[in-house]
Amino acid sequence: MLEIKNLHARIIDDGTEIIRGLNLTVKAGEVAAIMGPNGSGKSTLSYILAGREDYEVTEGDILYNGQSILEMDPAERATAGIFLAFQYPMEIPGVATMEFLKVAMNEQRKARGEEPLKVPEFLKRVKEAAASLSMDMNMLKRPLNVGFSGGEKKRAEILQMKLLEPKLCVLDETDSGLDIDALKIVSDGVNALRSPDRAIVVITHYQRLLEHIVPDSVHVLYKGQVIKSGDKSLALDLEANGYAGVIGQAA
Amino acid sequence: MNMHAQPQRTLAETALIDAFGERLSLLPGDGAVMVKRDDAIEAIKHGLPTRRVESWHYTDLRRLLASVPAFEADVVVKALAPILEGSAVLPVLNGVSSAKLPEIEGVTVQRLSEKLTDGSVAPGLDPYGSDDAIGALNTAFVADGYFVDITDGAELEKPIELQNLQAGGQSHVRLLARVGAGAKAIVVERQAGEGGDALTSSVSQLVVGDGAEVTWLIVQEQPDTATHLAQFKAHIGKDAKLTLFVMNAGGKLVRQEVVVRTTGEGADFKLRGINLLAGDTHTDVTMVLDHAVPHTTSTEVIRNVVTGKARGVFQGRINVHQYAQKTNAKMACNTLLLSDDGEFSTKPELEIFADDVVCGHGATVTENDHNHLFYLMARGIDEKSARGLLVKAFVAEVIEELDDEALVEALEARLDGWFVAHG
Repeated sequence: MLEIKNLHARIIDDGTEIIRGLNLTVKAGEVAAIMGPNGSGKSTLSYILAGREDYEVTEGDILYNGQSILEMDPAERATAGIFLAFQYPMEIPGVATMEFLKVAMNEQRKARGEEPLKVPEFLKRVKEAAASLSMDMNMLKRPLNVGFSGGEKKRAEILQMKLLEPKLCVLDETDSGLDIDALKIVSDGVNALRSPDRAIVVITHYQRLLEHIVPDSVHVLYKGQVIKSGDKSLALDLEANGYAGVIGQAA
Repeated sequence: MNMHAQPQRTLAETALIDAFGERLSLLPGDGAVMVKRDDAIEAIKHGLPTRRVESWHYTDLRRLLASVPAFEADVVVKALAPILEGSAVLPVLNGVSSAKLPEIEGVTVQRLSEKLTDGSVAPGLDPYGSDDAIGALNTAFVADGYFVDITDGAELEKPIELQNLQAGGQSHVRLLARVGAGAKAIVVERQAGEGGDALTSSVSQLVVGDGAEVTWLIVQEQPDTATHLAQFKAHIGKDAKLTLFVMNAGGKLVRQEVVVRTTGEGADFKLRGINLLAGDTHTDVTMVLDHAVPHTTSTEVIRNVVTGKARGVFQGRINVHQYAQKTNAKMACNTLLLSDDGEFSTKPELEIFADDVVCGHGATVTENDHNHLFYLMARGIDEKSARGLLVKAFVAEVIEELDDEALVEALEARLDGWFVAHG
């Protein structure tokens, strides 16, 4: 589903190269965890997948279902089925959350040639998704993410993911800022989306999240490259011994 | 008015002075009114204000008013459906009030032409100050409008909508309103038109009685062939509340002056403004607010969206008189600049003579936040729609604060209309 080939990318503003020859393949149905120390390029990778303009790909390619996505803007990628759950979701005053959800769902339906959702059907879907994440509907009456706590923002991201039903989900440090109960709710939400035709990329610092969302593969990112891949035992090994050993082997 | 001797009259100045000579015999008013008109045209003879007049610095009327259209008596224009459903509509069509008026409980309505003729309105024709070009122009030429008197204690169930509609040519209108003590009212002042070159001057004067509550909405949607020079003047009495909402969404050359004075303790003034600027146009909102007695409050929030080659101005002057202790005033002007050729000038001025007051002001000029844009697009909303959502959100915040569902819906519909035409 996702193939990243020898990807090099830099920050446009100052030319700093962040991703330096990254290779990664994630199959449909797979949950892949990407781990790595601070500054290894994890969040940058998630932004590049989503199409953020601040980065420039200088070499290599990203294939999604066999097609390069480098020329697609963020909206085109999203309607093609790529979803990024943000580490720091934006607060947008003046944009009502419900209105935003409706516009996003219907824009994606339009791009796929489907009719817009009727209001009762839309409300039903939002209510069901919110209930499954233990979210209060009153929260959704507020402007988008405004005044939400860190945990509420993360839940709202997963709510959007459930409603938009993407094919490739990228979760950027979704566990940060969550207490144990919220972590469980959010993880259950993600696990409910596991399916044979969907791939999930979980970016995290810690093993903790991977106890709840058990990955099929684990990849260690360091200085913009995947330096080691393995199964879930690799995450346990990192938790026990830190990154130093893996980095040492690669060097 | 500018007291510098002008080397030579502009086409517009000459046209106005000539028009006054031609119109004089048609203008209503007894001797006292005529004296006011003569004084006013004298002021115009000294020249329209230029950028050297401080309050006109960003709107050089002498340069910008390139020509003045003739009066056109015969063009037809029809009253519009009101913005708020069920409103009592008082139309002024091409400068002429309606002989047939709706009955509104608790309200007396008179045609201004009649009041000018019987002389009962003469003091109200005074221009405000020495640089009051709009007041002078209007005083010289005003022929009609309405006087609306809301009885003490009346709580109007339905809004009143004053419509000043033009179909080209010149019109000069005055709308006078008195809201009695303890009364409550919503008034819409609709400024619109259709057709070719137009020059309108419109002066509204409002007295808010003690304990009264008024929401006054100016919705200006002139075509881009119109020069629209307007004034809103109000006195706010003891414990009275006035919310003035101004929406500018049209016009070629627009100046909306807001001149407000708190006259009784406990008076509260709110100004909420939205300027939606497009094309090659010039729009100026200039406010002078006098906190003239102790314990009065005000907040002013102006939001501007600038596209195309549009130029906008907001001047906000708050005078706190020496005696006006415990004044609390806050002013903010935020601009979203969406094109390289657009311009916005903002000038806050606080003149404070009292020593125990809280006054503040702030101004920002920004583009669309590209983080916000990325977030919306990352959910599949295309760039144009995402930008539209963000721009609308920026101004809708001011509307939503009005806290009246029917009002908010009606104004958001006007907003949507503008975005469809200019988005």
